[in-house]
Amino acid sequence: MKGFLTSSAADRRLLGVAPLSGPTPWVVAIMSFSIFIIAAAGLALANSARLFERSVEARYSIEVPAGSARLPQLLDAMRASADVTNLKPVPESAMRDTLRRWLGPLASSSDLPVPALINFDLKPGANPAAVATRVQAIEPAATVEAHRDSVAPVLQSLRALQWIALTLVVLLAGAASAAIVLAARSALDTHRTTIEVLHGIGATDQQITGLIQRKIAIDSLAGSLGGAIAAALVLALLATGSAFLGQLSGGATLGWADLALLAVLPFALTALATVIARSAVLARLRQAL
Amino acid sequence: MLRDLDFRLTGGGFYFLTGPSGAGKTSLLRLLYLAQRPTRGRIRLFGEELTDAPRDAMPHFRRRIGVVFQDFRLLRHMSAFDNVALPLRISGVREAEVEGPVREMLDWVGLADRSSARPATLSGGEQQRVAIARAVINRPDLLVADEPTGNVDSDMAKRLMHLFSSLNQLGTTVVVATHDVGLIGATPGAELIRLEQGTMVDPTGALRNPPGRGA
Repeated sequence: MKGFLTSSAADRRLLGVAPLSGPTPWVVAIMSFSIFIIAAAGLALANSARLFERSVEARYSIEVPAGSARLPQLLDAMRASADVTNLKPVPESAMRDTLRRWLGPLASSSDLPVPALINFDLKPGANPAAVATRVQAIEPAATVEAHRDSVAPVLQSLRALQWIALTLVVLLAGAASAAIVLAARSALDTHRTTIEVLHGIGATDQQITGLIQRKIAIDSLAGSLGGAIAAALVLALLATGSAFLGQLSGGATLGWADLALLAVLPFALTALATVIARSAVLARLRQAL
Repeated sequence: MLRDLDFRLTGGGFYFLTGPSGAGKTSLLRLLYLAQRPTRGRIRLFGEELTDAPRDAMPHFRRRIGVVFQDFRLLRHMSAFDNVALPLRISGVREAEVEGPVREMLDWVGLADRSSARPATLSGGEQQRVAIARAVINRPDLLVADEPTGNVDSDMAKRLMHLFSSLNQLGTTVVVATHDVGLIGATPGAELIRLEQGTMVDPTGALRNPPGRGA
């Protein structure tokens, strides 16, 4: 009898069962499918959060709640600042359009004070407080708001979702491990007579473990690859067939590193199953003489 | 249950184990082929104290023991050839060196033409011969057989006992549990171990203190 990875044809006949028989490949396939989908969603969420955070990192707004007659001076001062880029005053008509959603026709009234809004980016290293001081020197009612403060709750939610995805992946891997332990114990019960004979003839625990471990490794590899391929097809269909995935992930896509990580998942699941099976079988065999 | 057993087997000896059903023959054999540890007392085999030997040490000693089980214990999903080859493969003999000895052994027990047959397609006697071939293929230091001729005709029984005697002459210690008194009578030089109600009948003390070294 040879090792787990180098078994001979004779070794493979010892258990008398065909590879991929029994429920193990199916159980692992379901786990693999779920893990793959959740991991892909988690990675897409992480990418979304990163994109979102990057897009608002240096973005600020000057807001004058009741509008301002000194808007041209404010704009001139900001244009003159070396720290400010991408300056974009929001036109009053756009502000009224936004207000119309809540106020209806009243938003067109000239009596309604319309806030003045100027969006801009700050160069890296620039001091927002200094900019705010300069702005308020021109228009005391103006406030300078960082966009990242406004979207912080959204980013926190996205990060929480990533952690939830990671937790689900770990839980599913745990459930897969439990299923493998049951499969290994079931295999020991099924092949009890064979194992007793092998022990009696002088087989070591490692030799016997190798036989069961090998079958579970093959079953797990087939199951996890099948599940991952099915999950990849589902994701590809969603991505190409509708904008759903794009909406779900905030327009983020999976990068090469993400795809590589996803591609490793079925093999990692197989490795986990193999190690778990080995531990479960060895632990059970130690209870025998 | 076995009790008050104290005996030594001489290395290279030939022993018959007899006694009525339930006397403890199979239990004693299980202790001998290391399928069980005693709840009390000590077992010394091949010069080693094995009562408390670690689990990992057992396979090494078991490979030196050939066992013919009363119920054969052949692996049903494997051919006669693979069953006989099992001890060699477990011992790590290269595949190229397995075929010759296995074919020779199957030929010797008269099953050369049934090498690819599975146990379910073999008669009781044929299965017993496969079990015996498996037990002796490794030329064990100790051969333990539980009713090895129970399912074979008298001619085959003689051949099997001749095989056991040949192995014994090569140095293998043989312990055969049997009810067949004819078999015992036909094996000159063999010693008798009689069990009754879990203990040994040894009125002369010859088994307790045999001449020569212990097995």
